[in-house]
Amino acid sequence: MTTTIHERRTAKRQAKGLTFNPSRPVWKEPASPLYNAIKAVIIGGITLSIVLPILLVVSTSIADDDQLIAAGGFVLWPTHPTFAAYQAIFSGEFMFRALGVSAFITAVGTFLALFVTITMAYATSRPVMFGRPVLLLVLFTLLFAPGLIPMFLMVKQLGLLNSVWSLILPGTFAAFNFVVMRSFFMNIPVELIEAARIDGASDFMILRKIVLPLSKAVIAVVGLFYAVSFWNAFFNAMLYINDQTLYPVQLVLRNYVVQGGSMAEAIGVTSAPPPQSMQMAIVVIALLPILLVYPFLQKHFNKGVITGAIKG
Amino acid sequence: MSQTQQEPVKQLQAAVEPTSQPTGPTKAPSRKQRSKKPAHHDGIAVRAVSWKLRLRRDKQMLLMMIPGVIFLALFFYIPILGNVIAFQDYQPFLGITGSDWVGVQNFFDLYFNPDFWVALRNTIVLAVWQLLLFFPVPLGLALIVDSLISTRIRRWFQSLVYLPHFLSWVLVIALFQQVLGGAGLVNNSLRDLGLDTIPFMTNPDTFPLLATIQLVWKDAGWAMIIFLASLAAIDGSLYEAAAADGAGRWRRMWHITLPGLRSIIVLLLILRIGDILSVGFEQFLLQHDAVGPGAAEVLDTFTYFAGVVGGGWSMGAAAGLAKGVVGALLIFAANKFAHKMGEPGIFQKKVG
Repeated sequence: MTTTIHERRTAKRQAKGLTFNPSRPVWKEPASPLYNAIKAVIIGGITLSIVLPILLVVSTSIADDDQLIAAGGFVLWPTHPTFAAYQAIFSGEFMFRALGVSAFITAVGTFLALFVTITMAYATSRPVMFGRPVLLLVLFTLLFAPGLIPMFLMVKQLGLLNSVWSLILPGTFAAFNFVVMRSFFMNIPVELIEAARIDGASDFMILRKIVLPLSKAVIAVVGLFYAVSFWNAFFNAMLYINDQTLYPVQLVLRNYVVQGGSMAEAIGVTSAPPPQSMQMAIVVIALLPILLVYPFLQKHFNKGVITGAIKG
Repeated sequence: MSQTQQEPVKQLQAAVEPTSQPTGPTKAPSRKQRSKKPAHHDGIAVRAVSWKLRLRRDKQMLLMMIPGVIFLALFFYIPILGNVIAFQDYQPFLGITGSDWVGVQNFFDLYFNPDFWVALRNTIVLAVWQLLLFFPVPLGLALIVDSLISTRIRRWFQSLVYLPHFLSWVLVIALFQQVLGGAGLVNNSLRDLGLDTIPFMTNPDTFPLLATIQLVWKDAGWAMIIFLASLAAIDGSLYEAAAADGAGRWRRMWHITLPGLRSIIVLLLILRIGDILSVGFEQFLLQHDAVGPGAAEVLDTFTYFAGVVGGGWSMGAAAGLAKGVVGALLIFAANKFAHKMGEPGIFQKKVG
């Protein structure tokens, strides 16, 4: 018989009155309703577990007093959205400063981190003098960590305690990001680089004019990784910073939401909106930049930038 | 001006001459060095270019390594040496040079410190929970996502489950509090219904489960990415052939999908086992007060509270050092074991 599975299956499906989905591989059995239902429940549940808390927080932060009281503290859909909580938070300098500190750390930190990572990754991606020992120096950091207390003593020794630089400098290089970057550079055809060298380009020029323009995707991903990690860091600040005016947003979030400290006092507001919505507003402030940046970040995930590096 | 005129000439020379030049071990010497005499040894051109030449050739590359090397020195290798205070009675005002050496006294102190054993026990309990609950979830998720036919649903779902990985632990704990905490959504609803509240976030007995669920919520989606990549790498014709031979979906999963994922599963398992003493730091520090040290104290938080908060610098450093060394040994052991199983593991003799 010359009938293929495809033909048999299609015939079977047509007999059952099922439509044929062209993107389904021909050898795959038609999905049974039970499997589909289970899958739908799992996927729906996971989706809800992620969307619901975020929606809850955003909605409660902009809900007005009446609705909050009527609903008992939580709102999933604000009927009369108001930004009173945000106004209260930003009425003092406190939150502005925290945002400023976080923004500064993130911007400067990401820039420095990209600089250190790119130069290091490019220099070790070519067979040059000291390339291999330096590479081993970097890879060793993946195996072992110096530990919290020696790091603290080092930062103290450098005189960085109570300075924003203590939140920036220790995070300007991550071996994982280095590996991602380097394996991308290794895949750039050697011919391009050799051709540029023959044309008289120096190594700096090759990096700037040839390698970087070809590496926009990986630089975007690694840069966003760094930015996210700088924005998210809170423990560094807890460890190295005593001065309240240098608190980044995450530490404010920890002190006033997770630990439940009195925020109205710290901010200096007298007629505060319900603490619930103020707390939520801080959560939203910490969350928003990530949500805004995330679409750009995830655009690159499926291009194999990261998984390719992990396997290599 | 003169430079541009020289360019073609030099290129020509480079094109004509290279046969008379020894090439470097891997990288050909740049244009400038082409006129230099080749390095000879007993009349045979040596493969290696003399180090002076290489230094000149790679000058800029070496300059590029400097920022990274400075970073590694300042924030990795010098702090590693700072671990010597684990063998001292470190006093901040005396510094490392002025403090007394006490040998392994600090490790004895650790051994007789009940808090340390609580921290160790909690760490291992949490690690086992993570291994049992967290490890299989991304695999299952990847299989589900991989079986989705609609690319649109697939892409949406992937984007969504990766998201929590990028939220900070502070944010994750805050979100969990708002939903499950004492004044959170669930307990508020329970109170409205006249029922007793459930202390999800503060019960030390159920804390390992809670902590693992938090970890699953945050990172399971992200951990899936690597399984998805290996699933995509499995040859589709294998499935087709198996289906033609009459293998159903479960048989195909057992005989094709899982063997295809074997290497990556072993790899991730090794990484996890090597990392077993690091169950996460911020997550437990943040919940230390709410749950109490009896359940939320892990080795890392012990180091922090004993050392930085309590002023027992040397004991904290001893705990940190012990953890780091054991962790590194575990990775080596697990890697060796993977080689025995015929898997590539994390690293082979040759790195890079």
